Amino acid sequence: MSTAATIQAVVPPISLRRRFTDRIMTGAAILTVVIVLAPLVAIFAYLVYRGVGSLNWAFLTQIPKPVGEVGGGMANAIVGSILILCIASVIGVPFGVGAGIYLAEFGRNRLGSGIRFTADVLNGVPSIVMGIVAWSILVRGHGFSALAGGVALAIMMVPTVARTTEEMLLLVPRALREASYGLGVPLWRTTLSVTLRTATSGVITGIMLAFARVAGETAPLLFTALGNDYWNLKVNQPTAALSLQIYKYALSPYDDWHRQAWAGALVLIILIVTAVGAVRYVVRRGSFGMA
Amino acid sequence: MTACGLAVLAVLVLIVYELVIRSGLSWHAFGFKFFATSDWDPVSAVFGALPFIYGTLVSSFFALLIAVPLAIGVAVFTTEMCPKAFRGPLSFFVELLAAIPSVIYGLWAIYVLIPLLSAYAQPILTRTLGWTPLFSGPFFGYSMLAAAIILAIMIIPIISSITREVLMVVPQHQREGVLALGATRWEMIRVGVLRNARAGILGGIILGLGRALGETMAVTMVIGNRPEIAKSLFAPGYTMASVLANEFSEATGDVYLSALVEIGLALFLVTIVVNALAQLLVWSVTRGQPARGQA
Repeated sequence: MSTAATIQAVVPPISLRRRFTDRIMTGAAILTVVIVLAPLVAIFAYLVYRGVGSLNWAFLTQIPKPVGEVGGGMANAIVGSILILCIASVIGVPFGVGAGIYLAEFGRNRLGSGIRFTADVLNGVPSIVMGIVAWSILVRGHGFSALAGGVALAIMMVPTVARTTEEMLLLVPRALREASYGLGVPLWRTTLSVTLRTATSGVITGIMLAFARVAGETAPLLFTALGNDYWNLKVNQPTAALSLQIYKYALSPYDDWHRQAWAGALVLIILIVTAVGAVRYVVRRGSFGMA
Repeated sequence: MTACGLAVLAVLVLIVYELVIRSGLSWHAFGFKFFATSDWDPVSAVFGALPFIYGTLVSSFFALLIAVPLAIGVAVFTTEMCPKAFRGPLSFFVELLAAIPSVIYGLWAIYVLIPLLSAYAQPILTRTLGWTPLFSGPFFGYSMLAAAIILAIMIIPIISSITREVLMVVPQHQREGVLALGATRWEMIRVGVLRNARAGILGGIILGLGRALGETMAVTMVIGNRPEIAKSLFAPGYTMASVLANEFSEATGDVYLSALVEIGLALFLVTIVVNALAQLLVWSVTRGQPARGQA
């Protein structure tokens, strides 16, 4: 008797019902993928369709026209968003990277675990709560400002940056650190010029992910940066942001403002998708072998 | 470096401190009644948060109901069924959903989702399920139903990416063992993979719940913002996060502001508990490796 025949004799054939269930479940899994990807396609298609038709030079260079007048643009909001994001990055990135270095290099203890857990939990705190905290510290008694908006976003960046930095530093081979110690380089110097240096592209990836995440945030800016229909570059004044302007225009009764909301959304998404795409490119090119 | 690490702890302490201090006034005025009454009257300074709590819970519950089967299906397909070459692109596209800002979801929901629901979904639902209280009454467009659907779309990538991660740490020999016993692929997934990953998948679902509870902009734009407790999903509602978004910057009077901060505090405490629970569950499966992909 051949081997195949032996197996056939011993193992009973898979029943029709079991094969049928297998097919049905495979089909169901494929169906879920189709259902999940449908809104993605629908959102991008509609965004491009409405956004491209509405995007023009005036939109990128002018400030909003008074209520009811057609035309104008979101130039001040684009600049305002960049201002707020700069403030957020300047505050959030150093703290986040620092915390990440601590977790990776010195955090193998109870304090480290506590911080790691806190960071993961903070990651899930609703963004509007960060807005309340920034309002409570910086807006109450001082007025709405770009600084308050930036701080709210910075608080959101820290846990994300910290955790990705930690992850990237842990990927640096131990031997590299030991070689550095072996040459008599002190711990702090090893951390900065060997470990962090090696993991640079990964750490930047983490920073950009955090940046992309806060770039589209609206809720924490509602009662911190507030919004502004005019030019403003002072950090202690109410400042326009792209996301705030989209929100305001989307809920307005004017067709021209709806048109501009779509154009603003397109500009915002191009900013974010570029960042996410760049992240994947850097990660793939880097020596980390993860993507 | 230690200072930066401690800053993370300090942020948590700061959040708790500010929220507790600023909500003290409302706590003294209303006590526990704040969470059990449904009068929200800024003019006479009487505040009860029940309609908002109800709206948050109901919209999140129905969002999970829609999102969980879809997210798990996608994760199972990507890790167990899909050809290797498509895995990367597929998970990239699903995670792209997480990168879309909340305000753009809201914009899309107002101009595409709600008209679609009114034109196609509502007539079918009324005809087939109209006899249940959930789908009774007139359809407002801006409704609990629209909020639940947009929330579901937003939390699918979170649940799906964590589930995928958890499925990937299920040891390969577990699969081979079940297959060697003569199981079909689905039986292998059910017995060898899903059963082992239960705790982690539950963690992913709870993380999704945490995100749904706190989601602000998209929900505010489509839920209709009416502080009423309506049985029907066709009726408008209001959530804790939306009332903050709508009323905070225009609130006048210390008690009014304090009442809003107290809603923020409640939202914060609930999401902290939910997230801590989820994190522990995910950690128990992935052994302390960080849970990535939670946007």
